[in-house]
Amino acid sequence: MSKKFIIDCDEATTICDKNQYKEATFLEKLKLSFHLLICKKCGLYSKQNTTVTKVCNQHLHKCETEHHLSENEKAVLQTEVIKKLK
Amino acid sequence: MSESLKKHTLNPNNWVKAHSDYLYNYAITRIDNHEQAKDIVQETFFSGLKAAENFRGQASERTWLISILKRKIIDYYRKINSRKGKAEVRVNFYEEGDNKGKWIEERVPQMWDNEAEKQIENVELKNALDKCIDYLPEKYRLVFLMKNVQNFETEEICNELDITASNLWVIIHRARHQLRKCLEDNWFAK
Repeated sequence: MSKKFIIDCDEATTICDKNQYKEATFLEKLKLSFHLLICKKCGLYSKQNTTVTKVCNQHLHKCETEHHLSENEKAVLQTEVIKKLK
Repeated sequence: MSESLKKHTLNPNNWVKAHSDYLYNYAITRIDNHEQAKDIVQETFFSGLKAAENFRGQASERTWLISILKRKIIDYYRKINSRKGKAEVRVNFYEEGDNKGKWIEERVPQMWDNEAEKQIENVELKNALDKCIDYLPEKYRLVFLMKNVQNFETEEICNELDITASNLWVIIHRARHQLRKCLEDNWFAK
């Protein structure tokens, strides 16, 4: 096989990370698939990496409670904005 | 005329009433500090007033304010970066020299609990995740948050931080490595 397709674990996991954001190129994905056929360690990394992404999607984007400013804080804010408007 | 083609206008008198909760909510989920988030909302309104004459009415008032807020949040991330001034502590996961690019044996991913997938929604996992993100070196954290929380395009981040795309992926790579390891140690390990 062409040497082009042989990559080390460092490169393989870099592509795997890139792929979490759907930004790996076709060629990169191909190289990664080849590597994963022969490397169990990166296979495990790849699987866990997907879980890390799911954890991030679950917990980083939303919060359970709606946050809001108190009426008092809003009143202060309103005064400040109006001051600047003049 | 369709709704989307309608020209939008600004109404600063009504900003606080109409948008302050929305902006605050957006900020607090990314900043996690009430006073700071509140200040940033105020600064957003001030900047909005200053820039009002540049508003072309293509986006809605709220979208426009959010775009200002986003910049403020980046500035904030930046500020805390420089204030902490923490040196990058680099943890290597791969061999150098003859075995270059191979896993360092004791850093190889360990098997996780079989139930790992079922725990994703666990609320306490959020605390572990937040802690792990806090442990990241500042530069990694900044890029990681911009990518994962703010959902910036790769190109936007590169322009903003003046780095190349391959720099960016190396940073993301290292950040995710540390994050994976940290979650493994603190949560997922068998």
